[in-house]
Amino acid sequence: MAFDILEAGLSTTVQDQGRIGYYRFGIPQGGSMDQYSATLANRLVGNTAAEAVLECTYIGPKLVTRADAVIAVTGAPVDVFVNGEIRAEYERITLVAGDELKFGVIKGGTKYFIAVHGGIDVPEVLGSRSTYPIGAIGGVEGRALAAGDLVPVGAAIDNGLPALQSIDVVDRPVFSRDVNVRVMLGLYDHHLSAEGLESLLTSEWVLTPVADRMGLRYSGPGVGWKDREQPFGAGQDPSNIVDAGYAVGSIQIPGGTQPIILHRDAVSGGGYAMVATVISADMDLVARCSPGTKTRFVAVTMDQALDARHDYSARAARIWS
Amino acid sequence: MAWIHADQSDESERMSHQIISPLPGIFYRKPGPGKEPYVNEGETISAGQTIGLVEIMKQFSEVRAEFDGVLEKFEIDDFGIVNPGDVIAITS
Repeated sequence: MAFDILEAGLSTTVQDQGRIGYYRFGIPQGGSMDQYSATLANRLVGNTAAEAVLECTYIGPKLVTRADAVIAVTGAPVDVFVNGEIRAEYERITLVAGDELKFGVIKGGTKYFIAVHGGIDVPEVLGSRSTYPIGAIGGVEGRALAAGDLVPVGAAIDNGLPALQSIDVVDRPVFSRDVNVRVMLGLYDHHLSAEGLESLLTSEWVLTPVADRMGLRYSGPGVGWKDREQPFGAGQDPSNIVDAGYAVGSIQIPGGTQPIILHRDAVSGGGYAMVATVISADMDLVARCSPGTKTRFVAVTMDQALDARHDYSARAARIWS
Repeated sequence: MAWIHADQSDESERMSHQIISPLPGIFYRKPGPGKEPYVNEGETISAGQTIGLVEIMKQFSEVRAEFDGVLEKFEIDDFGIVNPGDVIAITS
């Protein structure tokens, strides 16, 4: 069983829960940028949470299925068409061999996900099927899909759960153009001046079009830094540090002008001061933001971040119970 | 790749089409700095012809006309921000 890719879309990649355990060697975790949306798609088609899906970016693929299939589309709002007829997102969709799947113009957000029963069955690389295009590993030949690709679909599986026809509206993610993103300060917030810290946490930052799986850049008033003599190896700009590891979700502000949130395909270390880190529970929220989204960074404590992570996990777990 | 499709406004007797952006990003009317625009208002265009570029995620996607006609008006300025579904130009 496989899908024939007629048109690839802007950047359609195979993603799963990520390639965990290799970040210290410089291999990012990767995986679906909006993990919650991806898990909803897997639930609808009768998979486990671990099956690989197709992550579509703004413009999805046009594909034809070679065999009967159960699919679902979740994530950013978009019209789904099967043989030219509109079908609902967040619902189980049955395809018969030869059916053509395509998409309309995206209506918000950035990413939508196509799950298929059996999962996208590309070979695992370092324990994951996620595509990491910069490293040319995972997915289909380590790259985004191209027209003419044949994307393999795995054999039927039994997840032991009753079939789910549709995701309740309350369980669907929200796509907003105005968000509060929770962050923990550090590790290098002490390099910011008092006004710089104030600006980071009280300004309205606007997501620019410079945003992808590696990072998302925001425009705004900028930040100031404390005067200090740059240590050897740190470079001359006050936004520079001696190289250090980057936490997933780190916010760096090169030159003090435009904050960048490092997302799932970002490098694991470098020489920019990380002034704050997006909490893990809000990484999906960041992934859902389209250019122009007004964003405030709200500082929380470790306890609040852990509570938020617990709530996030519990919400996802409800879908699988 | 024809990223852009045209919608037909069938109310009008004279066939008018909108060229819609399916992408967010920055719209450019020229292929590069110092180059001539792909097309100017009032000029004739043919189906498949490039009328501009949208830059997103370090990729430049060509915006193409889907029908023969005249490019009546650009609704987005050069270097303007577009969102998915925005009308970039109107043709007749």
